[in-house]
Amino acid sequence: MRNLTDEEYLLPGNAACPGCAAVMAMRIGLKVLGPRTILVIPACCMSVVQGHCPKTPSKVPIFNTAFAASAATASGIRAALEMKGIMDVNIVCWAGDGGTADIGIQSLSGAAERGDDLIYVCYDNEAYMNTGTQRSGSTPEGARTTTTITGKSEGKKDVPGIMIAHRIPYVATACTSYPLDFANKLRRAISMRGTRYIHLLSPCPPGWRYPTEKTVEVGKLAVESGAWILYEWAGGRCRLTGPSSGLAERSKRRPLEEYLRIQGRFAQADPSKIEGMKRRIDEEWERILALCKG
Amino acid sequence: MLGGPVSKATEGAGGLTGMWRIRRPEVDNSMCTKCHLCWLFCPEGVVRRGCKGEIWIVYEFCKGCGICAEVCAARAIRMVREV
Ligand SMILES: Cc1ncc(C[n+]2csc(CCOP(=O)(O)OP(=O)(O)O)c2C)c(N)n1
Ligand code: SF4
Ligand code: SF4
Ligand code: SF4
Ligand SMILES: [Mg+2]
Repeated sequence: MRNLTDEEYLLPGNAACPGCAAVMAMRIGLKVLGPRTILVIPACCMSVVQGHCPKTPSKVPIFNTAFAASAATASGIRAALEMKGIMDVNIVCWAGDGGTADIGIQSLSGAAERGDDLIYVCYDNEAYMNTGTQRSGSTPEGARTTTTITGKSEGKKDVPGIMIAHRIPYVATACTSYPLDFANKLRRAISMRGTRYIHLLSPCPPGWRYPTEKTVEVGKLAVESGAWILYEWAGGRCRLTGPSSGLAERSKRRPLEEYLRIQGRFAQADPSKIEGMKRRIDEEWERILALCKG
Repeated sequence: MLGGPVSKATEGAGGLTGMWRIRRPEVDNSMCTKCHLCWLFCPEGVVRRGCKGEIWIVYEFCKGCGICAEVCAARAIRMVREV
């Protein structure tokens, strides 16, 4: 924690809901990235947080771009800075799961395939929250949204896996309840060149339906139950990080029910649904553990 | 220099967000172990740490989410109803 500056780059009094994990992580993220940073933000909750002229909470410049275009915008900014000989700036897309898993995936894939020099952070609150909680490709099975009122039947799209398939230098998952793990991953990403991707699970009190003070606990339960796996993939190697390192054995994980029960969005999930969700989580663990074995 | 409308970084860009609050966190520094987890996890960045490690809160913008009190293992932060 001593590595984190007391300087605030995201000033208090912004428009995020009380208890918002996404803004919690942006505050920490900007401390790590520092002032020589340009953020690219598409339509999402964070574009509301960024405020409108003449006021913004952000001390670093933000390029607010169209929903589908975050990574393409960042590629353009990088090209322009290179033309001007400015080489010491972090260019960072900060986009929601809707803007990443669904709408922005073509521009992200294009940038990754070209190897464009940018960091992409997807803060994943598992639905389109800014417009009132519609299902996204990143919504997990069983979660109620306004467009999946009996709970989503499909599973969560594996965006970090898609990014690994692009063979970019760095892919990591993180969770806002482990800010120091996230900060370390961001530091590693900053130390590299090329397209670097971090997928950050960000609990959301109104969308996930839990009391605002439980944001940290909900995120911890996601990880401790194994529903969300912390890992990083670099140079063709994968390794588990943080508490996930000790959870490879299923018996070490907390019961999934503890994670589900604390949130209203899973209230309708019956035991057979929960069994299905557990199977999906086990499969995900097998896939990640196989990746770690190489 | 840039012309036209350029936003300035300001506290309270989203208004006086302390007005949203229905409970306020109160710190008892005599119970505080100076772990600074409240500082780390406050989404708003309104928990401040002084040079002796003491903690205080900027109430103008604290939204009263209660996260600081939840992460405080020493129970040095209490949420007190305001309205
Ligand atoms: C092309 C386009 N379609 C729809 C919208 C409306 N819109 C704005 S934000 C948003 C939800 C974004 O969801 P996500 O990317 O997950 O971010 P979150 O709001 O959850 O932070 C939508 C649908 C838009 N701005 N542009
Ligand atoms: S809806 Fe969720 S993600 Fe969006 S600002 Fe509110 S708490 Fe944050
Ligand atoms: S979390 Fe509690 S003990 Fe730790 S610094 Fe804050 S008030 Fe003090
Ligand atoms: S109640 Fe929430 S906003 Fe207020 S100081 Fe605590 S964590 Fe920060
Ligand atoms: Mg979202």
